[in-house]
Order: sequence, then structure tokens, then C-alpha cells
Amino acid sequence: MAGFLPDLARFDGPTARVVPPTGHTASLTSFTSAVMAFLAVFALALSFAAGRLADRWSDALANTATIRVSAPSDQIEVQARAVLDVLSTTPGIESARALTDDEQRTLLAPWFGADLPVESLPIPRLIEIISTPDGFDATGLRLRLSAEAPGAVLDDHGRWRAPLVIAAGRLRLLGVLCIGLIGATMAAMITLAANAALASNAQVIRVLRMVGAQDNYIARAFVRRFTLRAFAGAAIGAAAGLIAVALLPSPETEGGFLTGLGFQGVEWLFPLLLPIIAGLVAFLATRLAAFRKLRELT
Amino acid sequence: MITFEKVAYNYGGADLLSDISLRLQPGSFHFLTGPSGAGKTTFLRLCYGELLPSTGQINLFDQNVRSLTRDDLARTRRRMGIVHQDCQFLDHLPLTANIMLPLTVSGRGSETDDLADLMTWVGLSHLTDAFPPQLSGGERQRAAVARAIIMSPDVILADEPTGNLDWEMSQRLLTLLVELNKMGKTILVATHDLTLIRTAKAQVPARVLRIKDQRVQLAGADL
Repeated sequence: MAGFLPDLARFDGPTARVVPPTGHTASLTSFTSAVMAFLAVFALALSFAAGRLADRWSDALANTATIRVSAPSDQIEVQARAVLDVLSTTPGIESARALTDDEQRTLLAPWFGADLPVESLPIPRLIEIISTPDGFDATGLRLRLSAEAPGAVLDDHGRWRAPLVIAAGRLRLLGVLCIGLIGATMAAMITLAANAALASNAQVIRVLRMVGAQDNYIARAFVRRFTLRAFAGAAIGAAAGLIAVALLPSPETEGGFLTGLGFQGVEWLFPLLLPIIAGLVAFLATRLAAFRKLRELT
Repeated sequence: MITFEKVAYNYGGADLLSDISLRLQPGSFHFLTGPSGAGKTTFLRLCYGELLPSTGQINLFDQNVRSLTRDDLARTRRRMGIVHQDCQFLDHLPLTANIMLPLTVSGRGSETDDLADLMTWVGLSHLTDAFPPQLSGGERQRAAVARAIIMSPDVILADEPTGNLDWEMSQRLLTLLVELNKMGKTILVATHDLTLIRTAKAQVPARVLRIKDQRVQLAGADL
């Protein structure tokens, strides 16, 4: 295989010319690679966006917890103060504060409207906790709360966060799987095109063998052609995909419902790898197909 | 150089060639004759390893052809110049690229020093940029000879090289082959042109092999 690679650099060397131009299969390879690279750009964007989403959800809910204090109206403030006292002496708690009536009204506004008389309703008091990065002992805190403030219920957000992070992780996995499937489909298409090219050039192969060409030489002529076609096609497809992603609505605008499907920072460099990967896939697929076909044509 | 030991070749269940034992000595000149369909082309294909014998053993340059890998066979063919009946060019390449093909595939594509002389020798120096479909039958045959000898092979195998040529061109081609034989090359020419054989025998000690009843016989005294 080592001898193969330097020769690939010469697009129109003597080795390339021994195989007649095959417009149909070559065009098919370029077109397939371009389309697959275009789709792969979106799969990459999806994967990166899912990753960011998972991180955002995880970060937003990590290191926070809520205590809900439900008690008769004459007890609620007493128990809320007891909870804050307990929290102030609990290791791992960075800060804790009771939400104001206005904050609670804002939270409930989407369901009950902005004019909800929070003061006159038996609504639980919410206490927001920010923990240190090391976190706190939730089990121990629950035991202390049950003794000091029986109406207090600790919610560490775990049951919300875990499914969201899992969902985002799976979305990211789906993106990676799509890229894998796109690569496999491209390999299959290029293999078919290479087989067609080899079959249609059986007479050329026979002549080359008659004059002493070894399998490696014959295969190289086909491999070079398909590798370069796939590379060029994928470069065009990736460029088109990048332009399309760049033109997607921004997350900040009204149309940004996709919450940032696209690339950020160094992520923009990853699609540039697609032509190289496409070339590598074409190289391996054509090489395997060529040697298999040359064995058949013995 | 090329030896056959009790070689048989059958195709579709029927023997096309059987019980062939012979040896082509270095520097020899042989004609192979026989009626159409007798198996001359098959015999030549066995000689350059494109076909394997059904039974028996063929040695090319002291190597059993059955033991050769495809790459070994390719290397062995670089020591052989083959002139096919239909010439078998790559039509998309110009004539010089076709003639240089054996050098190109063996990584000696830059060795073009003798190309001009060779083109002149075969009378094609004015057609270097022509493509094979543009050539006449005689020009194609001479180009095929040029391609066969450009690597200075030890053996030249030619299948009906004068089949499409007029008498004058046939004589010219024969002269080329005789000159090559005088340079020490081993020549085997399949032909049914008895005039060509008689002319050659007047110039070189050529021997004649005849395929008859699936066997190859020495027939020199009859011609």
C-alpha cells in the first residue's frame, strides 16, 4: 500500500492514463461523494448541536437544587427559616435563598397569568440552593430537614436532568451514526462504480496483463481515479454544506427554533476533514474492489 | 526456455490439444501451422501463461507455470513479446504510448532513447501521434511488433502477424522477425501462410510445427 500513496499525488501520470476516461462512473463517484459530504456536514452539525444541548442542560441543572416548603400558612415562614438555618450549616452548600413572591409569581405566570395573588394562596415556599462543585449529601440533608422542617421536600433535579442529558447524548450518537452510515453508503456506491469501471475495462486489463502489468499497477490506475474523484466531489459537497449551515437562522433570531444547529469555533474545521475521509473511504473501497475483480479476471 | 511436457488442454469437455511435449530452444525460430480452429492460438496462449494446461506441465524460463502467482506471471511476460492476431491496443492512447506500454507498466517509462529508432525500424516514425483506430492493418501489425520487442524480450510469440497484410507488407514483417532472430531472440509464429514459411526458411533455419489431430508434430521436411 505504501507504493500506492505517493503515486496518488500525480493526477495525470502514465499510470492514470492507461485506463480510458470513464465519464459515467467517474461522474457518479464525484456526485455521490458531493451529496454524501453535504449530508455529512448536517449530521456533524446535528451531532455538535446535540452535544452543546446536553452540556447546556447539564450545566443549567447541575449544582442547583430546590427545597419546597409546604405547610399551613402560619407555619410556612417558620419552616422556611428553619430550612435556611439548616442549609447554612450544611457542608457543600454555597448559597441558599427563598424565592420572593414576585419570583414565584413569575414562575407561575405561564399557567395562571401575571395577576395571580400569590400572597393569599396556599402556595409552597421555594428555596433555591446553589451547591459547591463537590455537592452536598442529599440523604443527610433530607434527614435533617425532616427533623427541623417536616414540610420541606428536597428536589436535587436529578430526575429531570438525567433523561434530558440521556436524550441529548442519544441525539449526538444519532448524528455520529448518520455520519457512519453516510460513509458506508459512499463506500458501497464507490465500490459499485469501481466494479462497473473494472468490468467495462476488462479488455484494457487483459492488454495490460499481456504486456507485464502487475495487479498493483492495474489497481493503482483505478484507485487513483476514484480516490481523487471522491476527494474532489466531497470537497464541493462539504463546501456547499458549510455554506448552507452558515445560512441557517441564528439561535438569537425569531427563526432560531433549532437552538443552534450549526458549528461554533473550532467545530467549523471538522467538515474540512470530510474530503480527506471521503478520499480514504474511496481509496480503500476501490482498492478492495479492484483486487477482488482482478482475481476474478484471472 | 518454453517446455511442454505431456500437455493437454480441453475446453468444454473436449480435448483441443493433447499429449504435447516439446521444447523451444533459445535462439530458435519456429512456425506453428494448422487449419483454422486447430488450436494455434490456444497453443500460444498456453505459451504465455494465459491458459493453464488441463494436464501435463508447462515451464516458462524453467518455472512451472502453475506455481507462478499473477505477479510472477506478469514479470515473466516482460521477458516475452506477444503479437496478437488483432494487435490489442489501448485505443485511447497514442501509438507511441501503446508501443511504450511494456516499459510504462514495468516502471521504465522514461527509457525512450531507442523509441525513435524503433519507430523508424518498423516504418512508423511518421505516425507517432496517431491513435490505433487511425492505423491501417499493416501499420497496426508493425506497431504490435514494435510493442512486443521494445523490452528486448527473450521470446517473441506472434499469432497470425501477417493475417491482414498484403504480400509486400508480410515480407517486410518477416524480415523484422528474421532480424530479431539473428539478434538471438526466440521466435514462434503461428500462421497458415505457407509462402511466408518457405520464404523464412530460405533465410533462417526455421522449424515448422503442425497441429494435427490435437497433437503438435514437427513438419519441417514437408514444406
